Amino acid sequence: MRLRGNGLVMALYLLFLLVPIYWLVNMSLKTNMEITSTFTYFPANLTFRNYEVILTDPSWYMGYVNSIIYVVMNTVISILVALPAAYAFSRYSFMGDKHLFFWLLTNRMSPPAVFALPFFQFYSSVGLFDTHIAVALAHCLFNVPLAVWILEGFMRGVPKEIDETAYIDGYSFPRFFLKIFMPLIASGIGVAAFFCFMFSWVELLLSRTLTSVNAKPIVATMTRTVSASGMDWGVLAAAGVLTIIPGALVIWFVRNYIAKGFALGRV
Amino acid sequence: MDKTLNNKAWFLVLPVLVVVAFSAIIPLMTVVNYSVNDTFGDNQFFWNGLAWFEEMVSSDRLHAALGRQVLFSAIILAIEVPLGIYIALNMPKKGVWASLCLVLMSLPLLIPFNVVGTIWQIFGRVDIGLLGHTLAAFGIDYNYTNDPIDAWVTIIIMDVWHWTSLISLLCYAGLQSIPQAYYQAARVDQASRWSVFRYIELPKMQGVLLIAVLLRFMDSFMIYTEPFVLTGGGPGNSTTFLSIDLVKMAIGQFDLGPAAAFSIMYFLVILLVSWVFYTVMTNLDKAEGR
Repeated sequence: MRLRGNGLVMALYLLFLLVPIYWLVNMSLKTNMEITSTFTYFPANLTFRNYEVILTDPSWYMGYVNSIIYVVMNTVISILVALPAAYAFSRYSFMGDKHLFFWLLTNRMSPPAVFALPFFQFYSSVGLFDTHIAVALAHCLFNVPLAVWILEGFMRGVPKEIDETAYIDGYSFPRFFLKIFMPLIASGIGVAAFFCFMFSWVELLLSRTLTSVNAKPIVATMTRTVSASGMDWGVLAAAGVLTIIPGALVIWFVRNYIAKGFALGRV
Repeated sequence: MDKTLNNKAWFLVLPVLVVVAFSAIIPLMTVVNYSVNDTFGDNQFFWNGLAWFEEMVSSDRLHAALGRQVLFSAIILAIEVPLGIYIALNMPKKGVWASLCLVLMSLPLLIPFNVVGTIWQIFGRVDIGLLGHTLAAFGIDYNYTNDPIDAWVTIIIMDVWHWTSLISLLCYAGLQSIPQAYYQAARVDQASRWSVFRYIELPKMQGVLLIAVLLRFMDSFMIYTEPFVLTGGGPGNSTTFLSIDLVKMAIGQFDLGPAAAFSIMYFLVILLVSWVFYTVMTNLDKAEGR
């Protein structure tokens, strides 16, 4: 009785997941005239004008550029500081290790809303308000713990004998780490980086609070358009589609690790 | 795995400590500071004791937001957990279909939170959205911007759409670890579909399921962006959850003291749940003999 999946249930569920996305894509390919005046399931007059608007107007496409800058900064910082820490947690016991590990978890779990105001005041007072690095550092709040937990999960899978053999062979710690250990957990690093990228990319509250003009991310640009009168639905939909693309592109490569990443490396 | 006792490992943890201290401890201390002080502006602060805490504990506004928050978390867990398990049981086990399902199901998880809000904002509108339009065609009076019930229903469906896959994916990972022999033994014993689920699959999923439930609880408890984009907390205050209310208070009105006291109580709840989560995790690791 190997229980086979019921195709119908899956088909219905996937339909439920995909219909709202289909509608967004559908809207992004219509003119505003068509969106507001008629109700069509497929664009009658296929147009790429909405995408053109975004890709030619700096106030739109700079949003993407800003987002990518701080997201990449954040991913690099998170992975660099998390690697040695995850190694320490997976290999050694030391004074206060359990408390420290728990404290990191609480940061992943804490609501950004609690931190929004102090971040705003703190970064304003040190002159970092409206810079990319401010958002990148703020996102470290949840991404560094995430990276540590995920990497620790992967590192525990590497047998300790490998470390010991390397030391006997005369490897120094940095050389061992870079030459032997990092290649062994390459997939773990990839997954951790993907999740840091993703969670920084999707976050709105902190990135909106900490920026005004120069580092304004695409997600904030979008919400400000929502509140304006005379909605440009087509452009809004196109902007939404463009934010989905980065995740959709790399999802295939991490598909077997998605559960592990979301569960902080613990599945 | 046996770990070596080595206090020098602290040096490896130091970078994390510095970065997270910069982005967590300093801001949190600012919050603590505000919560016990009052100000007349101009950066003049004076000691206010626990007055803000007393005010917030007895504040109707906070009680209402907390009530809505708990109700919301309870409803979405009640829907997403059974549905997520059911979907996981029905997923193809291997081959290209399994991969395709994994990828398509992960898609909503990776969409920016505000775009999730935007998708449903457009999808639910009566004039231009497929959902709103279809409901209107059936003669159902549906308008999520005016009617609190409709707003709630839309937010709940949105959250189910967004996060059920997470529970499914975690349960699926748990199911994959069940050896084929278990099912064969069940077949020999002529076990019913229900007892296979109850006595083989559920115990094996227990650990991951607990993680999934806690993650969903935490994330739903601090939900901000999706309802903010979809309804902005309205109509009225009917969908103003804790985070939305806190941001309104802190950034909108600059009521620093009350907002800070609010934050700290909010944070303590999170701390408690995190501790449960951590205990579950470490027990699970021990059970697996790692």
